[in-house]
Amino acid sequence: MATVAAVIASTHHPFYYKASTSSGPDRPPFADEWVAKITAFRETLTQARADVLVMVGSDHFHQLWLDNMPQFLVGKAPYYDANWYNEEREFGLPRMFVPGDEDLSAYLLREGLDAGFDLAFSNELRIDHSITCPLITLRPEADLPIVPVYTNIFAPPLPQPRRFVELGRTIRRLVEAWPSDKRVAIIGTGHLSLELGGPRQFGPHGPDPEFDRKAVGWIASGDLESALAEVSLDSLWLPGNATHGFMDFMLMMGVAGDKIAADYVDSLDLFHTMEAYFTWYPEGAL
Amino acid sequence: MSKYLLNKFLFTVDRDPDLVERYRQDPRGTVAWWEAESAGVILNCTTPERSTWLEFTPTEREALATHDYVTLFELGAHNFLLLTLFIALFERDYAEPLAFQREFAARLSHWSLPYPDIST
Repeated sequence: MATVAAVIASTHHPFYYKASTSSGPDRPPFADEWVAKITAFRETLTQARADVLVMVGSDHFHQLWLDNMPQFLVGKAPYYDANWYNEEREFGLPRMFVPGDEDLSAYLLREGLDAGFDLAFSNELRIDHSITCPLITLRPEADLPIVPVYTNIFAPPLPQPRRFVELGRTIRRLVEAWPSDKRVAIIGTGHLSLELGGPRQFGPHGPDPEFDRKAVGWIASGDLESALAEVSLDSLWLPGNATHGFMDFMLMMGVAGDKIAADYVDSLDLFHTMEAYFTWYPEGAL
Repeated sequence: MSKYLLNKFLFTVDRDPDLVERYRQDPRGTVAWWEAESAGVILNCTTPERSTWLEFTPTEREALATHDYVTLFELGAHNFLLLTLFIALFERDYAEPLAFQREFAARLSHWSLPYPDIST
Protein backbone atom coordinates (compact mmCIF):
# COMPACT_ATOMS: atom_id res chain seq x y z
CA MET A 1 0.00 0.00 0.00
CA ALA A 2 1.04 3.59 -0.52
CA THR A 3 2.69 5.55 2.25
CA VAL A 4 1.53 9.00 3.33
CA ALA A 5 4.99 10.52 3.52
CA ALA A 6 3.87 13.96 4.69
CA VAL A 7 0.78 16.03 5.28
CA ILE A 8 1.40 19.69 4.64
CA ALA A 9 -0.93 22.66 5.10
CA SER A 10 -0.19 26.29 4.49
CA THR A 11 -1.54 29.60 3.41
CA HIS A 12 -0.98 30.49 -0.25
CA HIS A 13 0.24 34.01 -0.77
CA PRO A 14 0.38 34.91 -4.47
CA PHE A 15 2.89 37.69 -3.82
CA TYR A 16 5.60 35.33 -2.54
CA TYR A 17 6.99 34.65 -5.99
CA LYS A 18 7.36 38.33 -6.80
CA ALA A 19 8.71 39.23 -3.35
CA SER A 20 11.25 36.41 -3.35
CA THR A 21 12.55 37.05 -6.86
CA SER A 22 12.72 40.85 -6.71
CA SER A 23 15.89 42.73 -6.02
CA GLY A 24 17.12 46.24 -5.32
CA PRO A 25 14.52 48.86 -4.48
CA ASP A 26 11.72 46.55 -5.61
CA ARG A 27 12.54 44.00 -2.93
CA PRO A 28 10.20 44.47 0.04
CA PRO A 29 11.80 44.73 3.48
CA PHE A 30 10.16 41.52 4.69
CA ALA A 31 11.36 39.43 1.72
CA ASP A 32 14.51 37.98 3.30
CA GLU A 33 12.70 36.75 6.41
CA TRP A 34 9.91 35.33 4.24
CA VAL A 35 12.37 33.48 1.99
CA ALA A 36 14.17 32.05 5.03
CA LYS A 37 10.91 30.72 6.43
CA ILE A 38 9.85 29.24 3.10
CA THR A 39 13.26 27.63 2.61
CA ALA A 40 12.93 25.90 5.97
CA PHE A 41 9.33 24.88 5.19
CA ARG A 42 10.42 23.49 1.80
CA GLU A 43 12.88 21.22 3.55
CA THR A 44 9.97 19.49 5.33
CA LEU A 45 8.71 18.20 1.98
CA THR A 46 12.16 17.44 0.63
CA GLN A 47 12.90 15.26 3.66
CA ALA A 48 9.70 13.26 3.10
CA ARG A 49 11.01 11.92 -0.26
CA ALA A 50 7.57 12.01 -1.85
CA ASP A 51 6.90 10.47 -5.27
CA VAL A 52 3.44 11.98 -5.80
CA LEU A 53 1.64 15.07 -4.50
CA VAL A 54 -2.08 15.25 -3.83
CA MET A 55 -2.73 18.99 -3.85
CA VAL A 56 -5.85 20.56 -2.37
CA GLY A 57 -6.73 24.08 -3.43
CA SER A 58 -9.58 26.20 -4.72
CA ASP A 59 -9.99 27.68 -8.16
CA HIS A 60 -10.39 31.47 -7.99
CA PHE A 61 -12.98 31.81 -10.79
CA HIS A 62 -10.47 30.81 -13.44
CA GLN A 63 -11.83 27.63 -14.97
CA LEU A 64 -14.72 26.89 -12.63
CA TRP A 65 -17.57 29.31 -13.05
CA LEU A 66 -21.06 30.00 -11.78
CA ASP A 67 -22.75 28.34 -14.75
CA ASN A 68 -21.43 24.95 -13.71
CA MET A 69 -19.86 25.04 -10.26
CA PRO A 70 -18.65 21.83 -8.62
CA GLN A 71 -18.27 21.65 -4.84
CA PHE A 72 -15.38 19.17 -4.90
CA LEU A 73 -13.48 18.28 -8.06
CA VAL A 74 -10.55 15.98 -8.78
CA GLY A 75 -8.30 16.60 -11.76
CA LYS A 76 -7.57 13.54 -13.88
CA ALA A 77 -5.13 14.44 -16.60
CA PRO A 78 -1.59 13.49 -17.60
CA TYR A 79 -0.48 17.12 -17.46
CA TYR A 80 -1.66 20.42 -16.07
CA ASP A 81 -0.91 23.83 -17.47
CA ALA A 82 -0.83 26.34 -14.71
CA ASN A 83 -1.50 29.97 -13.87
CA TRP A 84 -3.67 32.39 -15.75
CA TYR A 85 -3.34 35.74 -17.47
CA ASN A 86 -4.83 37.70 -14.57
CA GLU A 87 -2.44 36.00 -12.12
CA GLU A 88 0.47 36.93 -14.36
CA ARG A 89 -0.90 40.47 -14.50
CA GLU A 90 -1.58 41.00 -10.80
CA PHE A 91 0.99 38.81 -9.08
CA GLY A 92 3.71 38.31 -11.68
CA LEU A 93 3.26 34.53 -11.49
CA PRO A 94 4.99 32.49 -14.20
CA ARG A 95 3.24 30.06 -16.51
CA MET A 96 3.95 26.51 -15.34
CA PHE A 97 3.52 22.96 -16.60
CA VAL A 98 3.09 20.10 -14.17
CA PRO A 99 2.81 16.33 -14.71
CA GLY A 100 -0.23 14.48 -13.35
CA ASP A 101 -0.67 11.02 -11.85
CA GLU A 102 -3.74 9.71 -13.64
CA ASP A 103 -3.71 6.38 -11.83
CA LEU A 104 -4.05 8.03 -8.45
CA SER A 105 -6.65 10.45 -9.84
CA ALA A 106 -8.74 7.57 -11.18
CA TYR A 107 -8.39 5.69 -7.90
CA LEU A 108 -9.42 8.68 -5.76
CA LEU A 109 -12.40 9.38 -8.01
CA ARG A 110 -13.68 5.81 -7.99
CA GLU A 111 -13.11 5.21 -4.30
CA GLY A 112 -14.22 8.71 -3.32
CA LEU A 113 -17.51 8.24 -5.16
CA ASP A 114 -18.01 4.90 -3.45
CA ALA A 115 -17.22 6.50 -0.09
CA GLY A 116 -20.08 8.98 -0.45
CA PHE A 117 -18.47 12.01 -2.10
CA ASP A 118 -20.04 12.81 -5.47
CA LEU A 119 -16.79 14.17 -6.84
CA ALA A 120 -16.72 16.09 -10.09
CA PHE A 121 -13.75 15.54 -12.37
CA SER A 122 -11.85 17.36 -15.06
CA ASN A 123 -9.72 15.89 -17.84
CA GLU A 124 -8.43 19.30 -18.87
CA LEU A 125 -7.73 21.46 -15.87
CA ARG A 126 -5.58 24.54 -15.84
CA ILE A 127 -4.58 24.96 -12.23
CA ASP A 128 -4.27 28.33 -10.51
CA HIS A 129 -2.24 29.89 -7.73
CA SER A 130 -3.98 27.93 -4.97
CA ILE A 131 -1.92 24.98 -6.23
CA THR A 132 1.02 26.69 -7.90
CA CYS A 133 1.87 28.79 -4.82
CA PRO A 134 2.62 25.67 -2.76
CA LEU A 135 4.53 24.23 -5.70
CA ILE A 136 6.62 27.41 -5.83
CA THR A 137 7.22 27.36 -2.10
CA LEU A 138 7.62 23.61 -1.53
CA ARG A 139 8.76 22.09 -4.82
CA PRO A 140 9.74 24.82 -7.28
CA GLU A 141 11.08 22.24 -9.73
CA ALA A 142 7.42 21.18 -10.16
CA ASP A 143 8.74 17.78 -11.24
CA LEU A 144 6.57 15.46 -9.14
CA PRO A 145 3.25 14.27 -10.57
CA ILE A 146 0.23 15.77 -8.88
CA VAL A 147 -3.43 15.07 -8.31
CA PRO A 148 -5.26 18.38 -7.93
CA VAL A 149 -8.33 18.46 -5.69
CA TYR A 150 -10.42 21.61 -5.89
CA THR A 151 -12.90 22.70 -3.25
CA ASN A 152 -15.49 25.44 -3.43
CA ILE A 153 -14.69 27.98 -0.72
CA PHE A 154 -15.66 30.83 -2.96
CA ALA A 155 -19.12 30.72 -4.52
CA PRO A 156 -22.06 30.25 -2.12
CA PRO A 157 -23.77 27.93 -1.41
CA LEU A 158 -20.70 26.19 0.03
CA PRO A 159 -20.40 22.78 1.64
CA GLN A 160 -20.37 22.80 5.45
CA PRO A 161 -17.01 22.86 7.31
CA ARG A 162 -17.68 19.35 8.58
CA ARG A 163 -17.84 18.13 5.01
CA PHE A 164 -14.36 19.50 4.32
CA VAL A 165 -13.04 17.64 7.37
CA GLU A 166 -14.76 14.44 6.24
CA LEU A 167 -13.28 14.75 2.77
CA GLY A 168 -9.84 15.17 4.31
CA ARG A 169 -10.30 12.05 6.41
CA THR A 170 -11.48 10.17 3.35
CA ILE A 171 -8.52 11.28 1.22
CA ARG A 172 -6.13 10.14 3.95
CA ARG A 173 -7.83 6.75 4.27
CA LEU A 174 -7.95 6.22 0.52
CA VAL A 175 -4.33 7.17 -0.07
CA GLU A 176 -3.23 4.77 2.67
CA ALA A 177 -5.21 2.01 0.95
CA TRP A 178 -3.92 2.80 -2.55
CA PRO A 179 -2.32 -0.35 -3.97
CA SER A 180 0.98 1.26 -4.83
CA ASP A 181 4.44 1.42 -3.33
CA LYS A 182 4.64 5.17 -3.83
CA ARG A 183 5.20 7.78 -1.17
CA VAL A 184 2.44 10.37 -1.31
CA ALA A 185 2.52 13.83 0.21
CA ILE A 186 -0.89 15.40 0.73
CA ILE A 187 -0.62 19.16 0.53
CA GLY A 188 -3.37 21.72 0.91
CA THR A 189 -3.54 25.47 1.09
CA GLY A 190 -6.12 27.81 2.48
CA HIS A 191 -6.36 31.05 4.38
CA LEU A 192 -6.45 32.37 7.88
CA SER A 193 -8.45 35.58 8.32
CA LEU A 194 -8.60 37.37 5.02
CA GLU A 195 -10.55 40.22 3.47
CA LEU A 196 -10.63 40.79 -0.28
CA GLY A 197 -12.84 43.37 -1.94
CA GLY A 198 -14.11 44.76 1.37
CA PRO A 199 -13.47 47.56 3.86
CA ARG A 200 -10.96 45.58 5.95
CA GLN A 201 -8.66 44.58 3.10
CA PHE A 202 -4.91 45.22 2.91
CA GLY A 203 -4.38 46.42 6.46
CA PRO A 204 -1.03 46.16 8.26
CA HIS A 205 -2.00 42.67 9.49
CA GLY A 206 -4.67 40.12 8.74
CA PRO A 207 -8.15 41.47 9.47
CA ASP A 208 -8.58 39.36 12.63
CA PRO A 209 -5.34 38.53 14.48
CA GLU A 210 -7.31 36.91 17.30
CA PHE A 211 -8.92 34.45 14.89
CA ASP A 212 -5.50 33.77 13.37
CA ARG A 213 -4.00 33.03 16.79
CA LYS A 214 -6.80 30.60 17.60
CA ALA A 215 -6.74 28.99 14.17
CA VAL A 216 -2.98 28.38 14.26
CA GLY A 217 -3.48 26.74 17.66
CA TRP A 218 -6.24 24.47 16.35
CA ILE A 219 -4.19 23.37 13.36
CA ALA A 220 -0.92 22.92 15.25
CA SER A 221 -2.57 20.74 17.90
CA GLY A 222 -5.05 18.96 15.60
CA ASP A 223 -7.91 20.35 17.66
CA LEU A 224 -10.72 19.54 15.27
CA GLU A 225 -13.27 19.52 18.08
CA SER A 226 -12.73 23.22 18.85
CA ALA A 227 -12.46 24.17 15.20
CA LEU A 228 -15.72 22.43 14.36
CA ALA A 229 -17.43 23.86 17.44
CA GLU A 230 -16.48 27.44 16.64
CA VAL A 231 -16.46 27.55 12.85
CA SER A 232 -19.60 27.71 10.72
CA LEU A 233 -20.39 29.04 7.28
CA ASP A 234 -21.89 32.11 8.99
CA SER A 235 -19.09 32.63 11.51
CA LEU A 236 -16.39 32.67 8.83
CA TRP A 237 -17.63 36.04 7.55
CA LEU A 238 -16.62 37.63 10.85
CA PRO A 239 -12.81 37.35 10.55
CA GLY A 240 -12.91 38.58 6.92
CA ASN A 241 -14.99 38.12 3.82
CA ALA A 242 -12.51 35.67 2.21
CA THR A 243 -11.96 33.56 5.33
CA HIS A 244 -13.98 30.62 4.03
CA GLY A 245 -10.64 29.47 2.64
CA PHE A 246 -9.98 28.35 6.20
CA MET A 247 -12.12 25.32 5.37
CA ASP A 248 -9.24 24.02 3.25
CA PHE A 249 -7.14 24.10 6.43
CA MET A 250 -9.94 22.16 8.13
CA LEU A 251 -9.82 19.62 5.30
CA MET A 252 -6.11 19.24 5.92
CA MET A 253 -6.75 18.81 9.65
CA GLY A 254 -8.99 15.93 8.60
CA VAL A 255 -6.11 14.50 6.56
CA ALA A 256 -3.66 14.91 9.44
CA GLY A 257 -5.97 13.33 11.99
CA ASP A 258 -7.86 14.30 15.12
CA LYS A 259 -5.63 15.47 17.99
CA ILE A 260 -2.49 14.85 15.94
CA ALA A 261 -0.08 17.70 16.59
CA ALA A 262 1.92 19.02 13.66
CA ASP A 263 5.61 18.14 13.61
CA TYR A 264 6.51 21.51 12.11
CA VAL A 265 4.75 24.82 12.77
CA ASP A 266 5.77 28.27 11.65
CA SER A 267 4.03 31.54 10.85
CA LEU A 268 4.79 35.01 9.59
CA ASP A 269 2.73 38.10 10.26
CA LEU A 270 2.59 39.94 6.97
CA PHE A 271 0.65 42.93 5.74
CA HIS A 272 -2.86 41.93 4.72
CA THR A 273 -2.74 38.35 6.05
CA MET A 274 -0.89 36.01 8.35
CA GLU A 275 1.14 33.26 6.75
CA ALA A 276 1.20 29.85 8.44
CA TYR A 277 3.04 26.62 7.65
CA PHE A 278 2.41 23.13 9.07
CA THR A 279 3.86 19.68 8.37
CA TRP A 280 2.94 16.31 9.83
CA TYR A 281 4.94 13.12 9.34
CA PRO A 282 2.56 10.15 9.77
CA GLU A 283 5.53 7.75 9.87
CA GLY A 284 6.94 9.63 12.85
CA ALA A 285 9.12 12.72 12.96
CA LEU A 286 11.93 12.41 10.41
CA MET B 1 -31.40 42.00 -9.57
CA SER B 2 -29.02 39.99 -11.71
CA LYS B 3 -25.96 39.37 -9.56
CA TYR B 4 -25.01 36.46 -11.76
CA LEU B 5 -24.85 38.70 -14.80
CA LEU B 6 -22.86 41.36 -12.92
CA ASN B 7 -20.36 38.69 -11.99
CA LYS B 8 -20.34 37.35 -15.54
CA PHE B 9 -19.40 40.79 -16.81
CA LEU B 10 -16.60 41.16 -14.26
CA PHE B 11 -15.39 37.61 -14.98
CA THR B 12 -15.32 37.88 -18.75
CA VAL B 13 -13.68 41.31 -18.78
CA ASP B 14 -11.09 40.33 -16.17
CA ARG B 15 -9.82 37.41 -18.23
CA ASP B 16 -9.38 39.35 -21.48
CA PRO B 17 -6.55 41.90 -21.68
CA ASP B 18 -8.16 43.76 -24.58
CA LEU B 19 -11.48 43.99 -22.79
CA VAL B 20 -9.80 45.27 -19.62
CA GLU B 21 -8.37 48.17 -21.60
CA ARG B 22 -11.60 48.76 -23.47
CA TYR B 23 -13.59 48.87 -20.24
CA ARG B 24 -11.07 51.27 -18.71
CA GLN B 25 -11.23 53.64 -21.68
CA ASP B 26 -14.93 53.45 -22.47
CA PRO B 27 -16.94 51.93 -19.64
CA ARG B 28 -20.38 52.95 -20.85
CA GLY B 29 -19.79 51.84 -24.41
CA THR B 30 -18.21 48.58 -23.30
CA VAL B 31 -21.12 47.74 -21.00
CA ALA B 32 -23.67 48.47 -23.73
CA TRP B 33 -21.75 46.39 -26.28
CA TRP B 34 -21.20 43.53 -23.84
CA GLU B 35 -24.83 43.38 -22.73
CA ALA B 36 -26.00 43.28 -26.35
CA GLU B 37 -23.42 40.85 -27.70
CA SER B 38 -21.91 38.81 -24.90
CA ALA B 39 -24.31 38.61 -21.96
CA GLY B 40 -26.04 35.55 -23.40
CA VAL B 41 -22.94 33.59 -24.37
CA ILE B 42 -22.88 30.35 -22.41
CA LEU B 43 -19.23 30.23 -21.54
CA ASN B 44 -18.75 26.47 -21.58
CA CYS B 45 -20.72 25.92 -24.78
CA THR B 46 -19.86 26.38 -28.40
CA THR B 47 -21.61 29.17 -30.19
CA PRO B 48 -24.25 29.83 -31.41
CA GLU B 49 -26.09 28.50 -28.38
CA ARG B 50 -27.05 31.45 -26.19
CA SER B 51 -29.16 32.35 -23.20
CA THR B 52 -32.02 34.64 -24.15
CA TRP B 53 -33.13 36.18 -20.86
CA LEU B 54 -30.13 37.84 -19.21
CA GLU B 55 -30.11 41.61 -18.73
CA PHE B 56 -28.87 44.16 -16.21
CA THR B 57 -31.18 46.26 -14.08
CA PRO B 58 -30.81 50.01 -14.74
CA THR B 59 -28.93 50.40 -11.42
CA GLU B 60 -26.50 47.63 -12.29
CA ARG B 61 -25.94 48.96 -15.80
CA GLU B 62 -25.22 52.46 -14.48
CA ALA B 63 -22.86 51.18 -11.78
CA LEU B 64 -20.84 49.26 -14.35
CA ALA B 65 -20.92 52.18 -16.80
CA THR B 66 -19.47 54.54 -14.18
CA HIS B 67 -16.87 52.16 -12.68
CA ASP B 68 -18.76 52.54 -9.40
CA TYR B 69 -17.28 49.71 -7.38
CA VAL B 70 -18.92 50.86 -4.15
CA THR B 71 -22.37 50.40 -5.66
CA LEU B 72 -21.31 47.12 -7.27
CA PHE B 73 -20.20 45.88 -3.83
CA GLU B 74 -23.55 46.99 -2.42
CA LEU B 75 -25.41 45.15 -5.18
CA GLY B 76 -23.71 41.92 -4.13
CA ALA B 77 -21.10 41.58 -6.87
CA HIS B 78 -18.56 38.94 -5.87
CA ASN B 79 -15.89 40.62 -3.79
CA PHE B 80 -12.98 38.74 -5.36
CA LEU B 81 -14.01 39.41 -8.95
CA LEU B 82 -14.68 43.04 -8.16
CA LEU B 83 -11.32 43.60 -6.51
CA THR B 84 -9.31 41.73 -9.11
CA LEU B 85 -10.77 43.55 -12.08
CA PHE B 86 -10.62 46.98 -10.47
CA ILE B 87 -6.97 46.46 -9.51
CA ALA B 88 -6.31 45.75 -13.18
CA LEU B 89 -8.20 48.88 -14.18
CA PHE B 90 -6.84 51.43 -11.72
CA GLU B 91 -3.82 50.28 -9.73
CA ARG B 92 -1.57 51.73 -12.42
CA ASP B 93 -2.81 55.26 -11.63
CA TYR B 94 -1.41 55.20 -8.09
CA ALA B 95 2.24 55.79 -7.29
CA GLU B 96 2.44 53.83 -4.04
CA PRO B 97 2.05 50.04 -3.89
CA LEU B 98 -1.39 49.01 -2.56
CA ALA B 99 -2.61 52.64 -2.59
CA PHE B 100 -5.55 51.77 -4.82
CA GLN B 101 -6.44 48.75 -2.70
CA ARG B 102 -6.42 50.91 0.44
CA GLU B 103 -8.57 53.58 -1.19
CA PHE B 104 -10.98 50.84 -2.25
CA ALA B 105 -11.20 49.75 1.39
CA ALA B 106 -11.64 53.32 2.64
CA ARG B 107 -14.49 53.98 0.24
CA LEU B 108 -16.28 50.95 1.72
CA SER B 109 -15.49 51.91 5.32
CA HIS B 110 -19.10 52.80 6.09
CA TRP B 111 -19.88 49.08 5.79
CA SER B 112 -19.85 46.70 8.73
CA LEU B 113 -21.08 43.13 8.89
CA PRO B 114 -23.17 41.73 7.45
CA TYR B 115 -21.92 42.74 4.03
CA PRO B 116 -24.24 42.50 1.03
CA ASP B 117 -25.10 38.92 0.13
CA ILE B 118 -22.91 37.58 -2.69
CA SER B 119 -24.94 34.40 -3.18
CA THR B 120 -26.09 33.80 -6.72
